[in-house]
Amino acid sequence: MAEIPTKLELFLGYAKIGLLGFGGVGPWSRHVIVEERKWLSERDYAEILGLGQILPGPNVGNASVMIGRRFHGFQGALLATAGLYIGPLAILVVLSILYELYGTRPGVAPFMQGVAAAAAGMVMGMAIKMGQNLRPPPELIVVGLLAIVGAAFLRLPLPLIVLVLAPLGVWLSLRRSWKRVA
Amino acid sequence: MLLLQILLAFSTLSLLAIGGANAVLPEMHRLVVVVHGWMDDTTFSQLFALAQAAPGPNILAASVMGWHIAGPSGMAMATIGMLLPAAILAWGMAGLTHRLRGNTWLKPAQFGLVPIAVGLIAASGVIMADAAGTNGLSFAIIAVSTVFVWRTRYSPLWVLAGGGALGLLLL
Repeated sequence: MAEIPTKLELFLGYAKIGLLGFGGVGPWSRHVIVEERKWLSERDYAEILGLGQILPGPNVGNASVMIGRRFHGFQGALLATAGLYIGPLAILVVLSILYELYGTRPGVAPFMQGVAAAAAGMVMGMAIKMGQNLRPPPELIVVGLLAIVGAAFLRLPLPLIVLVLAPLGVWLSLRRSWKRVA
Repeated sequence: MLLLQILLAFSTLSLLAIGGANAVLPEMHRLVVVVHGWMDDTTFSQLFALAQAAPGPNILAASVMGWHIAGPSGMAMATIGMLLPAAILAWGMAGLTHRLRGNTWLKPAQFGLVPIAVGLIAASGVIMADAAGTNGLSFAIIAVSTVFVWRTRYSPLWVLAGGGALGLLLL
């Protein structure tokens, strides 16, 4: 079921993720890798993303290093990462020049406001979809809900949330697997 | 000298950025505005918004700031500083999981991190919705977009384009 991408496909897939990633690349990364090109299953992808989450840096960027390495070693990691950043960087160069020349222009704001609202919904929709597809056991659902409460409502620093919840999640998940064996 | 300072400042940020760009926003502000005085508050928030308007990981806000501080080479230094340390750690982590892959405990241990990743994604959705939901129309766009992405397999580009068009017409 998993399809192994060639080096070119890896680069182009990640270029697509970077270029389409308005409002964050997370939903696009999952859409391209899991749904569109089927390089990884939902679970494999989520596990790599989970590792990317506890490391510093954008989780999708960390995932691009790990996924690239998994398929094509060092070259794969380099190609996936280059693909992810090259398009957005080119656009940012243009935007930076325009900003230096014109500053902020009126008329762009309402459009961006609409895009921002849609992007917020896109991110929440993706989270619900992942949760549904992964079917975690109840105690891990609680860990996920704690992460939501800590980050979105209590606005705790993310390193603190990761430091507390990562050992808890790993322990709960291991305990369940030991029970299954015993 | 300035370029080296930019490289060092953003490398530090890179290692602090557990959870991505939004996690280091306060520290980025402290370094760039308060410590080094490279720009004022208004410019900082405008540049951050500019980076949000472009596609790609939000961490690229660092690149835009680098450009503003020192032109193309400033952008290069800020981008390298922001990406390289994190990428090296990710590479090491991928090697570690590869070496440990025969162990039966690895998969369940890794699965224990998944709810945190998904939970934090949901949380950033909530935070984004909180910032973007300024009136009835924007709440409607958020709701429709959530259901669209959750229940269908169509490309999310449709809701982004639709949201932008509605914003242009009605907001």
